[in-house]
Amino acid sequence: MITFDKCGIFCAQAGVYIDPWKPVDKAIITHAHSDHARWGMKAYMAHKLAVPVMRYRLGADINVQAIEYNEPVTINGVTISLHPAGHIWGSAQVRLEYKGEVWVVSGDYKLQHDGITTPFEPVTCNSFITESTFGLPVYKFPASADVYADINAWWRANKEEGKNSVILAYSLGKAQRVHAHLDASIGDIYLHGAVDNVNKIYEQEIGDLPEAKRIDANVNRKDIKGAMIIAPPSAADTPWLRSLQPYKLGICSGWMQLRGTRRRRNADRGFVLSDHADWEQLNTAVKATGAENVYVTHGYKSIYSRWLQTEYGLNATEVDTLYTGEALDETGETEPANNEIIQ
Amino acid sequence: MKLFSELFTKIDQTTSTNDKIDALVQYLAIANEQDAIWCVALLSGRRPKRTVKTSELWQWSSELSGLPPWLMAESYHIVGDLAETISLILPEGNKTSDYKLHEIIEALNELRDSDEQQRRDYIATMWQQFDKQELFIFNKLITGGFRMGVSDKIVIKALAKHFNTDENIIAHRLTGTWEVTGNTLPALLAAGAGNDDISKPYPFYLAYALESTPDELGNVDDWQIERKYDGIRGQLIVRDSQLFVWSRGEDLLTEKFTEFTNLASILPNGTVIDGEILPFKDGNFLPFHVMQTRIGRKNVTKKAMQEAPLVMVCYDLIEYNGADIRHLSMGERRAMLEQLVTHTTQAHPEVPLQLSPTIQCDNWNEVAKERMRSREYNCEGLMLKRKNSEYKTGRRRGDWWKWKVDPLSVDGVLLYAQRGHGRRANLYTDFTFAVWDGDELVPFAKAYSGLTDKELIEVDAWIKKHTIEKFGPVRSVTPELVFELGFEGINPSPRHKSGVALRFPRILRWRQDKSMKEANTKADLLELIQAYRG
Ligand SMILES: [Zn+2]
Ligand SMILES: [Zn+2]
Repeated sequence: MITFDKCGIFCAQAGVYIDPWKPVDKAIITHAHSDHARWGMKAYMAHKLAVPVMRYRLGADINVQAIEYNEPVTINGVTISLHPAGHIWGSAQVRLEYKGEVWVVSGDYKLQHDGITTPFEPVTCNSFITESTFGLPVYKFPASADVYADINAWWRANKEEGKNSVILAYSLGKAQRVHAHLDASIGDIYLHGAVDNVNKIYEQEIGDLPEAKRIDANVNRKDIKGAMIIAPPSAADTPWLRSLQPYKLGICSGWMQLRGTRRRRNADRGFVLSDHADWEQLNTAVKATGAENVYVTHGYKSIYSRWLQTEYGLNATEVDTLYTGEALDETGETEPANNEIIQ
Repeated sequence: MKLFSELFTKIDQTTSTNDKIDALVQYLAIANEQDAIWCVALLSGRRPKRTVKTSELWQWSSELSGLPPWLMAESYHIVGDLAETISLILPEGNKTSDYKLHEIIEALNELRDSDEQQRRDYIATMWQQFDKQELFIFNKLITGGFRMGVSDKIVIKALAKHFNTDENIIAHRLTGTWEVTGNTLPALLAAGAGNDDISKPYPFYLAYALESTPDELGNVDDWQIERKYDGIRGQLIVRDSQLFVWSRGEDLLTEKFTEFTNLASILPNGTVIDGEILPFKDGNFLPFHVMQTRIGRKNVTKKAMQEAPLVMVCYDLIEYNGADIRHLSMGERRAMLEQLVTHTTQAHPEVPLQLSPTIQCDNWNEVAKERMRSREYNCEGLMLKRKNSEYKTGRRRGDWWKWKVDPLSVDGVLLYAQRGHGRRANLYTDFTFAVWDGDELVPFAKAYSGLTDKELIEVDAWIKKHTIEKFGPVRSVTPELVFELGFEGINPSPRHKSGVALRFPRILRWRQDKSMKEANTKADLLELIQAYRG
């Protein structure tokens, strides 16, 4: 029912691809991160909260059908529906049913509640396609609330030292997640243009975020004092970032769990905060689907599929895709190419 | 332990040297006396005696976490550190009790005569009481290699601040061997010449690499110019008619260098010479690997001594007649050194001491020409030392510079890639390169550093798409990519298929402009050996 070909994950019966990486006629998009939502498809279908971001990143003129979670659409006998993936706002798992056989393509997901995203819902299926970005038992993410508290405490301490706090986080998803949980009573919040652009869509579609200013030509850098600044990872080592001195730099990523990665990034603080599933979450999700076939994509594919085979007795298969998972650099879930123009 | 763990967290969470020093000063102010000296010992690379085997830690943590050994092995490979891997996979403890750092170290030490069951009971009980950070530190106490991003310089500065003492004195006191148990920091740092350990070396003064052109250094007459030899930097100490030879890594190597034995009765007591130890035969210096082979052996045989007789090329005199003369100028020290070495070699022509010759130049152009001749002398480049410089502690900018010749380089084809340990855990970062031998590509070097983060990610993606075979963490890839490798030396090696071994190979750049046919050949490498050995 589902095959993997050179363009992506394909359902021949319905004639649709899910998160294809080459131009196709019809694509269902799990979420608007750039390694999943690519340019050039004749027609798109996605969750209604993902659509405005896709229009912003891929072009206002894309042909896209917006649907809700749990709203079945039937194409040539295949019943297709979206279900919350908990990864970022507007992210979905895609359920496909044909003649009683059910597949779920989960895209990126997490089980941890982040406070702004509709939480993951397990969907029973025969075959489950899962990512494995953090598919190793060393990844055990702390509770979101603890990390938010750490970020605020860090900001407060930096402010007392007369320094700014800069957090590098993906402009789609993690930036809003961090922003929504900042304690605005500590000080001013500023945003990099790329973050502000996405925040505007978030505020329009979902709700208010704590008050923040966009850093543009009208902002005098001298007025930015003891402030929190949210910027995309691509801002690292740029003159833009240096203009915010003195500052302390924090990075929010699941990779910050490992000391070596943390130290190598040369950030002052690494916050273990991810929109992907850690080891326990992956295992919980896989078991909850009741699937007997599991296809493991981007991440520690071979390790995780071996674990599923030997520990749970599942038919687990590694699949090569072009998804990049949570990259620490701008080469991962990238900012849109027209970034400069928007700023 | 909580206090030490807090210190560790503070240091780990900052990249600022001053913040690290402050954290350490704060710790010293409140820590228990025995904890404080252990803290300094750990930070300066000393470690408690090992009483628990790695294989035991491995097995118990596998049992307690319920993870199969193969998955532990994969996790370890990616994390790159056993202590950290274990602390990440074990369930977090209930944080009830606190122990002093030195109590834990003593308890670990007492396990030396225990049986496996006792060891397991102790370790497993402790594991259940710690939070993640404490767990990591506890494991590090067992496995050793406690590096927490604190240089010796930071430790010295913090101690100088805490005890209000001169940094150079602190640095000297911390060098060499000293006991932790039964000792305290005030006792260690205040020890006078009388009850001092007579083998104690001085911290080495190290030079930074010169990045610019030397004309920015001012008048050439203000500088002492020497060759930079490629041997083992060492200190030769004679005190109380006893000889001690220390390497820069602070290893006491007296036994390995039997040539120097007689100096104990020849050099005046209270002499410390800083120099380079090198193999020297029939009026020529031999390549570094000749000595390396000799030092690697357990016992120095007669044959080894004949094949690679060692000498010390003397750079500096830092103790004379029992007095620390590091505060004198380079010029003054050099004059004293010349006198000492000349007198000694005149009276005893057989002693293996040579003065490091100074090179006289009228301008920086001449210096640059001398630098280009370095390989003729089997040297790595030049040393530039300001004539009025003191002998400082550690690596410092300003007064001493090393001006190395450009590394040798060769273009190799990427053949195998291995996942990085630790730092770049999820990327393929360790590469094996090959050169042409006829139609065949033969591996000749492994290198991992030198690419930018961006290139690493690009190469990693390429590797994943061009994998031929996987063997564990290693993949063979389609031969296609060419990289320029730099290295410091090249030697014949029967152990390698290519017949050569490189010293300090590293990636200089990714040659995207070259096709694999344009990579170097085995014949090129053999030619380099000839050229390099002169
Ligand atoms: Zn994503
Ligand atoms: Zn992804």
